[in-house]
Amino acid sequence: MSALMHEMGAKALALGIPLAVQVDLTFRCNERCVHCYLDHDDHGEMTTAEIKHLLEEMAEAGVFILTLSGGEIMLRRDFFEILEHARRLMFCVKLKTNGVLIREREAARIRDLGVESIQISIYSHRAEVHDAITLVPGSLKRSVDAIRFLKAQGLKVVIANVLMTQNMSDYQGVRSLADELGVTATLDPTVTPMMDGNRSTLQFAVGESSLQQVFRDESLVGNVEEFCSLPAGPDAGDLDMLPCSAGHTACYVSPYGDVYPCVQFPLPTGNVRKQRFIDIWRFSDQMNDVRSIRLRDMPSCSQCVHGGTCTRCPGLAYMEGNMRGPSTQDCEKSFARTGVPSVNLLSKKRAPAGLVQIQGAPSLAGATA
Amino acid sequence: MSRLYVARNLKVAARSLGGEMMIMSGRDSTLFTLNRTATIIWQAADGTTTLQEIVEHRICPEFEVEPAQALADAETLARELASHEILQVSENPIPPAKHSTGTDTHAGDSR
Repeated sequence: MSALMHEMGAKALALGIPLAVQVDLTFRCNERCVHCYLDHDDHGEMTTAEIKHLLEEMAEAGVFILTLSGGEIMLRRDFFEILEHARRLMFCVKLKTNGVLIREREAARIRDLGVESIQISIYSHRAEVHDAITLVPGSLKRSVDAIRFLKAQGLKVVIANVLMTQNMSDYQGVRSLADELGVTATLDPTVTPMMDGNRSTLQFAVGESSLQQVFRDESLVGNVEEFCSLPAGPDAGDLDMLPCSAGHTACYVSPYGDVYPCVQFPLPTGNVRKQRFIDIWRFSDQMNDVRSIRLRDMPSCSQCVHGGTCTRCPGLAYMEGNMRGPSTQDCEKSFARTGVPSVNLLSKKRAPAGLVQIQGAPSLAGATA
Repeated sequence: MSRLYVARNLKVAARSLGGEMMIMSGRDSTLFTLNRTATIIWQAADGTTTLQEIVEHRICPEFEVEPAQALADAETLARELASHEILQVSENPIPPAKHSTGTDTHAGDSR
């Protein structure tokens, strides 16, 4: 994030403005990724008119960065009509897509409409691995073709790679593919439970030894010693820290108009079919409850040596049962990074014995390729 | 008398945050923030109003500035913004772009 964007974020926080919102246009999808947290049925998506009205409300509320995602956004027949309306309202628009339906014509249209960036999921540079995750034969080729079409239009493309058991050995191959395509790549080892609470997708999350390998890969984390250094424990400033931007300068709207603090934080706060977006943002009891959370209010994390440096996701904690509690996935990351078990892991007695502690001073929020 | 016309470049992303415009270049995603004066010019830049009219009717009443100096400063600013493709500058009126429907309301102050 640029210094100026950071400054704008701080200003938006002070003014109570939702600077960035993700709107999922549909949960329908033309892939069936094994780790996906969504069901793919249509339970009554917002109409074109409803989405346009929402975008107008969001512009009035001061939203600047609009991420359109899904499901697969291109499955909406009105996708370009929605995109055109969003750009008319001068949003900075980012797209998340699998790219399967993007050919030359669509890429040119996306360019003409001034989209800021397009994120495309690539799980492996090998078709047999990628296609086995999406469950769609030929999907890697289609997605890579889409990246080439978009790049040919001069657009910024980002490859998003979710690290899982199936593709653990392929992330360097994906980085090489990204280099060849002239795009950047991100790597995220977080697998999210399904929005209905079903945690079966977590079976695909990489284990501790794999996390350790990733966190010690200099090409990903930079200075390994610094990244994996022993935490000093939270200080007074850390205890007053906000957990993340969810509910503070960012939120998420589902295809059905439900507003949540974040796509990864399925706490219902209101529905734009019944209330104005800005009223939900400002006055929802749930949204204000999320805003009130500070590290010092978290019984376990405030006492944990990782408290000031952990990547704890309040949404994952919520899905685990308590938004003021720990997120075990993040405890495991902190442990894999430093060799020091969190208070939560110790209470669950999940820290393997005899793990070598790693030297250094952590602050990075995750591994990014 | 200056007959310089200015129009917002609709390829950018823009929003007012606490009275100041935040603008992301459509060319390279560089983020800019405009001060109060530049924000006034941006918001009034409809392609049909001259820069001189904007200075006379929007800048001078709000700031204690000498009109000729204010216009000279505004021209410098407009050309700088044009170099970043944030504004379009022309000696002739600038017709609205095909996808423009007027963005004053939504690019305006949200507070």
